[in-house]
Amino acid sequence: MNYTNWLYFPMRLAWRQLIFDRTKLMVAICGVLFACVLVFMQLGFRDALYASATSAPVKLDGDLFLMHKQSEAMWRPIEFKRSELMRALGNPAVADVFPLYLGLAPFKNIETKVKRTLMVYGFDPDSTSFRIEAINNKREALKLKDTVLFDEYSRPEFGPIGQLIAANQNWTEIKDYKVAIIGLFRMGVSFAADGNVVTSDLNFMRIFPKRSLDNIDVGIIKLTPGSSQTSVKGELEKLLDESINIFTYQELLQFEKNYWANMAPIGFIFGFGTIMGWVVGLVIVYQILFTDIANHRNEFATLKAMGYSHGYFIRVVFASALLLAIFGFIPGLMLSLGLYHLAESQIFMPMPMTIAKATSVLMLILSMCFIAGLIAIRKLRDADPADMF
Amino acid sequence: MQTAIDVQNLSFSFGSGTLVQPVLKEITISIQQGEIVLITGPSGSGKTTFLTIIGGLRQAFTGSVVVLGQQFIQSSEQVRVKVRQQIGFIFQQHNLLKSLTALQNVSMTLEMNNQLSEQQRQERAIAMLTAVGLGDRIHYKPDQLSGGQRQRVSIARALVGQPKIVLADEPTASLDKQSGYEAVSILKKLAKESQTTILLVTHDYRISDVADRILELEDGMIRNI
Ligand SMILES: Nc1ncnc2c1ncn2[C@@H]1O[C@H](COP(=O)(O)OP(=O)(O)O)[C@@H](O)[C@H]1O
Ligand SMILES: [Mg+2]
Repeated sequence: MNYTNWLYFPMRLAWRQLIFDRTKLMVAICGVLFACVLVFMQLGFRDALYASATSAPVKLDGDLFLMHKQSEAMWRPIEFKRSELMRALGNPAVADVFPLYLGLAPFKNIETKVKRTLMVYGFDPDSTSFRIEAINNKREALKLKDTVLFDEYSRPEFGPIGQLIAANQNWTEIKDYKVAIIGLFRMGVSFAADGNVVTSDLNFMRIFPKRSLDNIDVGIIKLTPGSSQTSVKGELEKLLDESINIFTYQELLQFEKNYWANMAPIGFIFGFGTIMGWVVGLVIVYQILFTDIANHRNEFATLKAMGYSHGYFIRVVFASALLLAIFGFIPGLMLSLGLYHLAESQIFMPMPMTIAKATSVLMLILSMCFIAGLIAIRKLRDADPADMF
Repeated sequence: MQTAIDVQNLSFSFGSGTLVQPVLKEITISIQQGEIVLITGPSGSGKTTFLTIIGGLRQAFTGSVVVLGQQFIQSSEQVRVKVRQQIGFIFQQHNLLKSLTALQNVSMTLEMNNQLSEQQRQERAIAMLTAVGLGDRIHYKPDQLSGGQRQRVSIARALVGQPKIVLADEPTASLDKQSGYEAVSILKKLAKESQTTILLVTHDYRISDVADRILELEDGMIRNI
């Protein structure tokens, strides 16, 4: 048995039959391409969503984090007593604790005067609560009354803040309270907030007069060097009130991701979209393979009479499926790359095309075509050489 | 001379139970290597059924059918596929693969043979197409050829593998007089050169002069003419 021919000849026949009818080939390729792009976009948006969901927590600087157990996610926190955070200092491994205050508030575009909601973070300017150089450098300046920093990754609807600062037109209103934007930093938008502003805890209270320093949203805990996060976490769980969740840094990121993946219907929607793309592609490829077998029924029966085995035709069908998968995937990948760039420039979400993503979509497309082939080969039984004469 | 086909007391019926319809009844016939045998008979007399059994395309259960030394009664599919590779088939419809050129169609027969190189396949296929008078049409696809030319391509396809036996079922039925006669003459000439046995079903008495022997099937029974 010659194994090159075993695979090469049926593949060549599949190829010749595919290119014979260009219109049908185009339809088939478009079907796979469509499925491909659909799946790529769904995965792209989903990953962008997960990445953006953690764009704020990933920048927090701490070893352990406290949140109220009823907080579903950081962007919609339930307040808890600052005294709980202070009690953590009772543990000798805890070096320092800092409160973090969060609130959504309308921000007035300096040029158009249109208000749009963004997230305001209030932190202790004596701490390094963020792993963002631009914020830490401005801690002294933020101690001044009514000063804020603006996230330059915010959506452009908030106005060209960088240019306005340079032009000394840096006064605006947050929640109808006048503040001066004294600098920029980079954090990133999420589905929850189109923009971000960071200020001191005291300025935060000025913007949100109904809030109190005693009720915090997130507690940041820094441990002494060399102490174990998990064991301190265990000790704190006994020490602090039951209503408090304690997370390590990684757990916090996972918690935020899980919110979008499970709690919010968004994760489900993207998963559903991926499956739909796969199913639509499957149906199209199956249809093409099925009608192809039906149209070639007499030809296959003739070849069977001549001595070709059933396995040969199975290889022809799977080779057709494989060729369609490849010829649909390549343009699908190209198109998706373009769409990723478009999405990045239009909605300011990071949509990187990673090798892992491309590979998993290729696997999905291959499995789609393989299963389409698997369903279609049942049709081969209709090709009975005894009926040929 | 060697016996190519040896049939003893072959009976065959379609259907089962009360609907059973006997088609072939106690047929006994022996065909030598290199013989050209014509089978005639009225429509529905079982000619096609007989040919499909000889060609290993249909399984029969009673009697004995030995083709090229292999017993077909109660045989496995593998045995019949093996023998089928040494048989050339010519159908009433040309049954060429419409997405392939004449050359590629003829090469399909040779692609089952792993001993040949791709170049040998090409050479043999071209030589065979030239022999049937289509040397200048090798890159044409079936719908670019006339009915007679297509049937000649299928003759080339049947003969290129140097089969021991050629089975043809009314190969001239869809052709006009002239091209039908041409096609069968080519078939006879090439078969005689290579000592190929031919079993040819036809209603066409104009081509009866190519035969060494003519059999008539009537009501499932065979008789020599
Ligand atoms: N696949 C089949 N199933 C049932 N009956 C069949 C089948 N093929 C042929 N027959 C019947 O068998 C008889 C012989 O048919 P066939 O061999 O095609 O005759 P011929 O080729 O001489 O015209 C006919 O009565 C036909 O109706
Ligand atoms: Mg017939």
